[in-house]
Amino acid sequence: MKAYIRGIGQISPQQTFDKDDFLDTVVGYNTNMLFCIDPVYKEFINPLQLRRMSRTLRMGVTAAKICLTDSGIEMPDAVITGTGFGCIEDTEKFLLAMLNNNEQQLTPTAFMQSTHNTISGQVAIMLKCKEYNSTYVNRGFSFETALLDSLMLIAEGNAHKILLGGFDENSVNLHVTTERLGHWKKEKINSLQLLESKTSGTISGEGATFFMLTDKEDANNYALLKGLSTLYKPENEKEVEQHTIDFLKRNNLSVADIDLVVYGLNGDVRTDGVYYHLRDTMFNQTAGAYFKHLCGDYYTSSAFALWLSANVIKKQDVPEVVRLGKAPLGAVKNILIVNHYRDINYSFMLVSQC
Amino acid sequence: MDALIAKLKTQIIEQLNLEGVSPDDISPDDSLFGEGLGLDSIDALELIVLLEKNYGLKIENPADGKKIFATIRTIAEYITAHGKA
Amino acid sequence: MSERIVITGLGIISAIGDNVQQNLASLRAKRSGIGQIKYLETIHKGNLPIAEVKHTDEELLQIAGLAEDTGYTRTALLGMIAAKEAFDNSGAKKGDGIRTALISATTVGGMGSTEKFYLDYINPEKTGDFVKYIDSHDCGDSAEKIADNLGIKDFITSINTACSSSANALMLGARLIKHGIVDRVVAGGVDGLTKFTINGFNTLMILDKEYCKPFDKNRTGLTLGEGSGFVVLESLEAAQKAGKQIYCELKGYANTCDAYHQTASSPEGTGAFLSMSSALALSGLKIEDIDYVNVHGTATQINDLSEGNAMMKFFGNNVPKFSSTKGYTGHTLGAAGGIEAVFSALSIHNNTIFPNLNFKDKMDEFDLVPVTDVLENAGVKNVLSNSFGFGGNNTSLIFSKA
Repeated sequence: MKAYIRGIGQISPQQTFDKDDFLDTVVGYNTNMLFCIDPVYKEFINPLQLRRMSRTLRMGVTAAKICLTDSGIEMPDAVITGTGFGCIEDTEKFLLAMLNNNEQQLTPTAFMQSTHNTISGQVAIMLKCKEYNSTYVNRGFSFETALLDSLMLIAEGNAHKILLGGFDENSVNLHVTTERLGHWKKEKINSLQLLESKTSGTISGEGATFFMLTDKEDANNYALLKGLSTLYKPENEKEVEQHTIDFLKRNNLSVADIDLVVYGLNGDVRTDGVYYHLRDTMFNQTAGAYFKHLCGDYYTSSAFALWLSANVIKKQDVPEVVRLGKAPLGAVKNILIVNHYRDINYSFMLVSQC
Repeated sequence: MDALIAKLKTQIIEQLNLEGVSPDDISPDDSLFGEGLGLDSIDALELIVLLEKNYGLKIENPADGKKIFATIRTIAEYITAHGKA
Repeated sequence: MSERIVITGLGIISAIGDNVQQNLASLRAKRSGIGQIKYLETIHKGNLPIAEVKHTDEELLQIAGLAEDTGYTRTALLGMIAAKEAFDNSGAKKGDGIRTALISATTVGGMGSTEKFYLDYINPEKTGDFVKYIDSHDCGDSAEKIADNLGIKDFITSINTACSSSANALMLGARLIKHGIVDRVVAGGVDGLTKFTINGFNTLMILDKEYCKPFDKNRTGLTLGEGSGFVVLESLEAAQKAGKQIYCELKGYANTCDAYHQTASSPEGTGAFLSMSSALALSGLKIEDIDYVNVHGTATQINDLSEGNAMMKFFGNNVPKFSSTKGYTGHTLGAAGGIEAVFSALSIHNNTIFPNLNFKDKMDEFDLVPVTDVLENAGVKNVLSNSFGFGGNNTSLIFSKA
């Protein structure tokens, strides 16, 4: 199963909504809590729609619009999204109003927009797209299942162009709540020094990334997505290593074929070990990259990694800010993305030159 | 009546988050739904809560909203007839 | 890709029973699970009827066979109970080496626990036992707990397309097997009732103050319910080889979008028409082969009008026997497609059609009268089951006698 990436739109804590700025501008944060840089939403969404939209809806719909324009495709054959937490702002808004007003005088807007499929639904309404529409909501497998579904649809031959999205929204309350579970670093760090902290916890983040996948070759394609695999709660590093070996083998690739590995390193000393294990055992001759210092950690951050990898392949440029280590780097034909969310949800993607 | 209409305009703009609309932009006889201001069925539900919260008026059947919420003036007339504004 | 997918296991817990046997008995006895609110703490107690599973969370913990509450939400518990029944019913054994997926659908996830403790969660000064529920808020929590309980590791995911969620879980499950990604899928959905849901639907003014009356002229809205329904999917070949009991085949499925409004269906039922037609096309059946339709039939003004119009357009003047089973279970949202898949399988397996409760007068817009009595020996070979959700998500499934 495979698909070409024809277009991308991404809103993130970096300047990524501007497709010509491939991490030329880099923003560091000192808050351990990253939020997206907003484009001017009015340029993308009409005011009558905009007035109801929460931040994540604005981000998601706008990222989808940027992606559509970038791809030159007006009408997809399916809209599929993945999100771990869904629409946090509207959920919190309705929940707080309900708790603070003792279930009285509540209004419907926040409730009806709190469901996880709001963005896929809104995009479909905006496009009048009556085709396949789905939303996956399983933590660090959310974007991955959306991607798998897309690849299956294309393989089935019924869909030729699919609008695929991954999004998650950060919020102060969410950060404060999950801080109790030890997810975030206790000491404030500069996000760009994420890997130097050597402490437990990471930084929270968010993003909305949309891809146009197609089964057609085209000079404008970014890259070819040719493999995807997930792994749930591996017992140890050895199991992850074996899974990686098997994954490459299934795709007829050897370690030597991989030019760049994009690791989901998040600076948490408790769970980064597995990435270093892979690097030291399998990929000690292979150039590496990382990305969570740019977008923070969130359930669908692998969508950011795919954005990064597709751009690296197309532009044949690995921005200095994502480089891990000094291994020499020539032409980048094959990229392996390895990511995990809290040592529970592991995913592996292969991105290649078209 | 004029004071009530002015107050309603502000309240509606706030409740429905009508960014960029000022009270002067809405005439009391403009239709709020469809061609006019472009409000929809969800806005009607928001307006029901607005009347309950600010004027103690409960509309039990959302279908009744259609007539009551035709224009700012019809809302004001409804409040004057039934409410304790 | 031409593999045929069959159902070899059923599991359910709903307002009309804790397992398949109890649900079947209630369906046959026309015994509704709707009643006044007993278990949920809300100001709507006494005013709004709902269809609760008749157990406290502590009792559910026991039924699920768990010794201690280490952070199990009502949603997770309901899902674990139904999925375990389906898994066991199919003859599956933990660690039997068959590549297995767990696909669960839910719309509220762990909101039932979140709403109890949220004000404590966001106040860093507060601490206590509630902390154990924080990580169970998101939708993936229940899926992972169900999977861990059954020892499923090969593939896990959750779906939330609102009220069509678990129909999509079955559809994805069938496709995963056809693509050779796994050989067995436990697929379905679960939702526990919460204040969040009740108040949310209440703001939309689409809750009936009495028992819901699907497809009735005087219907005034839906009745919310809770529960979980799961099925086990395998290829026909694998099931036959292992000598499994086969309830029915999942012959057709389709997911389309109404693309009309965030919460309302289009009056003409465009998306519903498309999902029924595409599912039929995939099944290879002829339109007259459909013997019974388990309609979405929520009893809101707009759903029943839209779905009825779509059926008229699809079937013409030969609309088959149909009923909404929501008068029994209430609208169980993310669980509805799973629960109704179990009912559809039971219809075929027992050759019985279960009635549409609380129906009196037919709607003015069309001449559609649902089945209002239990029909035994009903000649049920092919069942169409509809599930529609917010966001315009429409999914239709077709189950057939294998």
